[in-house]
Amino acid sequence: MIHFLLLFSRQGKLRLQKWFTPLSELEKKKVIRDMTLMVLARPPRTSNFLQWRDLKIVYKRYASLYFCTGLEEKDNELLALEMIHRYVELLDKYFGNVCELDIIFNFEKAYFILDEFLMGGEILETSKFAVGGSVEEADTLQEVQEP
Amino acid sequence: MPAPIRLRELIRTIRTARTQAEEREMIQKECAAIRSSFREEDNTYRCRNVAKLLYMHMLGYPAHFGQLECLKLIASQKFTDKRIGYLGAMLLLDERQDVHLLMTNCIKNDLNHSTQYVQGLALCTLGCMGSSEMCRDLAGEVEKLLKTSNSYLRKKAALCAVHVIRKVPELMEMFLPATKNLLSEKNHGVLHTSVVLLTEMCERSPDMLAHFRKLVPQLVRILKNLIMSGYSPEHDVSGISDPFLQVRILRLLRILGKGDDDSSEAMNDILAQVATNTETSKNVGNAILYETVLTIMDIKSESGLRVLAINILGRFLLNNDKNIRYVALTSLLKTVQTDHNAVQRHRSTIVDCLKDLDVSIKRRAMELSFALVNGNNIRGMMKELLYFLDSCDPEFKADCASGVFLAAEKYAPSKRWHIDTIMRVLTTAGSYVRDDSVPNLIQLITNSVEMHAYTVQRLYKALLDDISQQPLVQVASWCIGEYGDLLISGQCEEEEPIQVTEDEVLDVLEGLLVSNLSSPVTRGYSLTAIMKLSTRFSSVNRIKKVVSIYGSSIDVELQQRAVEYNALFKKYDHMRPALLERMPIMEKTASNGPTEIVQTNGEAEPSVVEPKHPPPVGQPASQGNDLLDLLGGNDVPVIPTTMPTKPASAGGELLDLLGDLSLGLSLMAFYLFDLFKTVNFLSTGIPPMTAYNKNGLKIDFTFERANPNPNVAVITIHASNSTEADMTDFVFQAAVPKTFQLQLLSPSSNVVPALNQGTVTQVIRVLNQQKQQLRMRIKLTYIHKGSAVQDLAEVNNFPPQSWQ
Repeated sequence: MIHFLLLFSRQGKLRLQKWFTPLSELEKKKVIRDMTLMVLARPPRTSNFLQWRDLKIVYKRYASLYFCTGLEEKDNELLALEMIHRYVELLDKYFGNVCELDIIFNFEKAYFILDEFLMGGEILETSKFAVGGSVEEADTLQEVQEP
Repeated sequence: MPAPIRLRELIRTIRTARTQAEEREMIQKECAAIRSSFREEDNTYRCRNVAKLLYMHMLGYPAHFGQLECLKLIASQKFTDKRIGYLGAMLLLDERQDVHLLMTNCIKNDLNHSTQYVQGLALCTLGCMGSSEMCRDLAGEVEKLLKTSNSYLRKKAALCAVHVIRKVPELMEMFLPATKNLLSEKNHGVLHTSVVLLTEMCERSPDMLAHFRKLVPQLVRILKNLIMSGYSPEHDVSGISDPFLQVRILRLLRILGKGDDDSSEAMNDILAQVATNTETSKNVGNAILYETVLTIMDIKSESGLRVLAINILGRFLLNNDKNIRYVALTSLLKTVQTDHNAVQRHRSTIVDCLKDLDVSIKRRAMELSFALVNGNNIRGMMKELLYFLDSCDPEFKADCASGVFLAAEKYAPSKRWHIDTIMRVLTTAGSYVRDDSVPNLIQLITNSVEMHAYTVQRLYKALLDDISQQPLVQVASWCIGEYGDLLISGQCEEEEPIQVTEDEVLDVLEGLLVSNLSSPVTRGYSLTAIMKLSTRFSSVNRIKKVVSIYGSSIDVELQQRAVEYNALFKKYDHMRPALLERMPIMEKTASNGPTEIVQTNGEAEPSVVEPKHPPPVGQPASQGNDLLDLLGGNDVPVIPTTMPTKPASAGGELLDLLGDLSLGLSLMAFYLFDLFKTVNFLSTGIPPMTAYNKNGLKIDFTFERANPNPNVAVITIHASNSTEADMTDFVFQAAVPKTFQLQLLSPSSNVVPALNQGTVTQVIRVLNQQKQQLRMRIKLTYIHKGSAVQDLAEVNNFPPQSWQ
């Protein structure tokens, strides 16, 4: 399972944090700090994988955002790259040419999409259309209920 | 009160802040507004306020006062409220919070809601962060939903079940019935989550694993369909259909096939198919190949398949993509133990990876290189590894140096090569070498008798160049102390002997003592080395002067040494030659790594103990202890226990004389020739005695009380020979009455030189718990003038102080 998924900018500002293991606020802050330091320090043209404590860290940069996830020993790192890519595609489809600002101003939507894609540290849905479809239907439900 | 500002507006405002302080001020203002709004129990804007709070929480500000509000939102009937409420719960209400359990009822209700999206929210929250209690309470609901025909809910229920099982493994059984036809689903989401669920169950329970083995054919079929099926737009990734599902199935197959011949056979074909047909131009294909390789290596696959797998990894190593190379190195490291020969074929590629720019790849390549070193490739590999050591980052140097030492010890083709390799490491990465390597190296050098002159010469030259690397300096000083005589006599055979005088050597050693670069440990080494040279050099006066100067050193360690050496010069000068004799060949320890302490389990006999002769080099021995404790200035008396080569008559537990330091076997008697201890026991006031004096062989006993156990008497025998011929193969044995326990350590040598030219010393430790009068029977055997001599004697004249 994946232990966490973090999105942060090149200046180290956190844009999204999803935790799949219970950690205290202090521990979470430590992880965020370590991840941003380690990932931002990586020179270009190095691999996307790191070892940190007992986790495998997989990160990928898309434009101004770093997507960083922590995996267990038995998880497949190359597939994790695909997983990150799929999430970016889902965001892109939903927001239409997604950029960092979309995620800043609509962070709750980014979470909703994530929650239709991953659950409990595992991939929930592998269909590209199903995730977006569910989120949009739920959005409709929200609007219908608004007076 | 005016309506609270919208979320977007808040975000926009906060982003205009130019300093941290400004941002903090805005946040505090808004928090205050939100708090008062919460206090007013305003339903309309609660959702908006919590959303804003969550934004501020992401910026790093505290948001705990919103926890209860999240609960209220969850309980609301409006979907918007629930959406934000559950999001807030997942961010703020993890299981460590007191109010976490208050969610349980709401979640329970929502699991049974009429709207699937509400059910989905509840399942998601439970499945991401539900505590064990919550999982216990709600497992039944999840199990119900696992059986629904609604695939949207079914897939969520499956992953929720996975979480429940992780939190409360005992509940696994209750989900078993619902798994019956999970794999007959067409929906990929359900299929994927079902495979995850099955994997979790199989990993946790061998019974489940056995039960689910029958699913192998079905899994193989599904995988086959994925590969053979045509293009499916919703699942396609660069021409591959649903790689996520493929990888999960491969992972489950790995677990099911491991250790089981039938299952492994059933999946052989599909694995071969995937391995050969998967498109490798993109990362996604390689991800599937990677998982396939892992599966092939783990199950009982036929050898052809295994070779195919290793070759795939070999191809990975040549791939331009760094990620693929990294993954290949990691996998090869896992398989190198089992498929060593196959991995050896890729050795040159692996060694090339040492030059990669990527730190992670370099590290993996280094580990793998060490795993691949063997007797055949040692020279070539070591060249590469030493080159790597020269140029790598400091973070690697310690590990690399240790690896080089280990490999060199195991596979060195010649002693000269071994010493040269060590020299190379010490001179290039000397400061990064681990502290425990120093004693190991010293032992190695001691045992390479014929290389002593060469070694000391090379070390001396290295010292002249550079005294900053402490491990190098310590080994060098020790060697100069031991073999200084070889150094100045210019005896080196291996290379051109250098001309160096006693004064020059002493200059260097004294230089170490005063240099700022030397650590306290190093200073200890050099002082002891200088002292040892007093029996090897003729400039004794100079040495005496140095030693007396340090008698008032601020460093307590140095001061103690100097004072005791001084005493050695003054009062015990007759003992000096014996004490400072050349070290004997030490038993080779089994490992060169950190000292291992092994419990002997009652094999040794206390009553009659045969001493072991100093063994030839290379004889594998028991685990030893850190040899140089004594010269490293360790005041803890390190007393190893002996192991008899043949079991003696009586049985019994070997007494652990040092309490918790239960050491394994080492026959380094010279632990006891700790100079400090020697001087110490001379001052205990127990007079020495002559135990035996016959036919020119005289054996004296000297006494000491061992710390910390006052019931232990430490006796050192000194055997001397006044005849004109040497006594060779000299063996001293001792036996004591049953109320005592005796331990005999290694002798200094087994040749008692003629005409009192030297003594053989050996240490006996006697435990006298009942404080009885000490008696001993000794047996001596030796060869004198060609004939074997054997004698028995009783020793009864022990001074009372030795056993009272």
